Amino acid sequence: MSFSTTSTTRRGARWSCNSHWFHLVLAALIIVFREVFEAGLIIGIVLAVTRSVRRRNRWIAGGVLTGVAGACLVAAFAGALSQLFGGMGQELFNAAILSVAVVMLTWHNVWMARHGKEMAGELRAVGQAVAEGSKPLLALAVVVGVAVLREGSEVALFLYGVAASDGGSALSLLIGGIIGLTLGVVVCLLTYFSLMRIPPRALFATTTALITLLAAGMAAQAVAFLERADWLSWMDNVVWDSGWLLSEKSIAGRTLHTLIGYTDQPTEMQLVIYAAVLLGTFVLMRLTGSQHGNRAVAAG
Amino acid sequence: MTGKKRKLILAAACAVAMLPISVAQAQQATEVQLTYTGGQFQPNEVRAPADKPVVFRIKNLDGKAMEFESKSLRVEKVVAAKSEGVVNVRALKPGRYEFFDDFNDKARGALVVQ
Repeated sequence: MSFSTTSTTRRGARWSCNSHWFHLVLAALIIVFREVFEAGLIIGIVLAVTRSVRRRNRWIAGGVLTGVAGACLVAAFAGALSQLFGGMGQELFNAAILSVAVVMLTWHNVWMARHGKEMAGELRAVGQAVAEGSKPLLALAVVVGVAVLREGSEVALFLYGVAASDGGSALSLLIGGIIGLTLGVVVCLLTYFSLMRIPPRALFATTTALITLLAAGMAAQAVAFLERADWLSWMDNVVWDSGWLLSEKSIAGRTLHTLIGYTDQPTEMQLVIYAAVLLGTFVLMRLTGSQHGNRAVAAG
Repeated sequence: MTGKKRKLILAAACAVAMLPISVAQAQQATEVQLTYTGGQFQPNEVRAPADKPVVFRIKNLDGKAMEFESKSLRVEKVVAAKSEGVVNVRALKPGRYEFFDDFNDKARGALVVQ
């Protein structure tokens, strides 16, 4: 995962002591930022999805805090974790938590297909809507927690390394890390406020599409981890390489990677799973949505 | 209520069914040993035969975590301080595949496949 830092390094080597300090700040900034970037996008989307739900901040903050605590735990036991399953513990752990997030996102979409209209139309007593609203909130809090856990554990590992380095560079790395983290928060807010500019009527369709693509992308990522762990070797041929056109590691590539699961070298299985999640969500939403419609007509 | 639950189970079952896991047979892989110490790979150039899977074993002797990464090999893996990381790579065509430490861009190396 790198936004290229090579050119700055080479230049940095020729610079004086001061710019060495600057280089360390920049290196830490980039490492931390590109990790929190993805989590920032996801939290921004979740905030927009839950804009009208009461007490959503508490749930999302809970997800973030649990994620941070989990990330520190994972980082502290990273050595032990990677020794599991013949050295493939990290990969399988990532595949597992991504699968949990996929299930939660899909569940949220299906739930919204069933209840979204009722809640928006205030057909139900507010109290009941709020009580039921906490179910998808739990699902989304889990998604937020997973995103923070995954991205945060690398940041935590990097910062543990900072603690182990000598005083002078530790300070500059810490400053860079804090700036990187702040930029991640900015990404989150930008995502949220751009989504809030969408008219309320179109927002539901937009966030549903975003959540579905997010889920499909995460499922494809989970496949990639299983392939790396050698647990999944069926249909693992790379279908295309579009790295020359849009590298997965560039800022645009990384944004698309998070939002729609863009991969510059997808395997057949990744594409199959991606399509399956899209189709599965569509069918499930149709089924639950239409069933609800029929019932409403009968009741009316 | 039961209908709702049934649908939830259905949704969960679908998501699980979408991850058919087949445990691969362990192929004859070439093992490549790397040591990471003082912010450098030792050795920084390794060789492996073509058309065979490669398994990297990276021993990080430093007090900091490192991230073994390669674009051309499609791998990235964090190796915690004072621990060993294993990275599987599928069978490769002949060529030069560069890798680096993503936490320290001065540490670079390459796998030469022949």
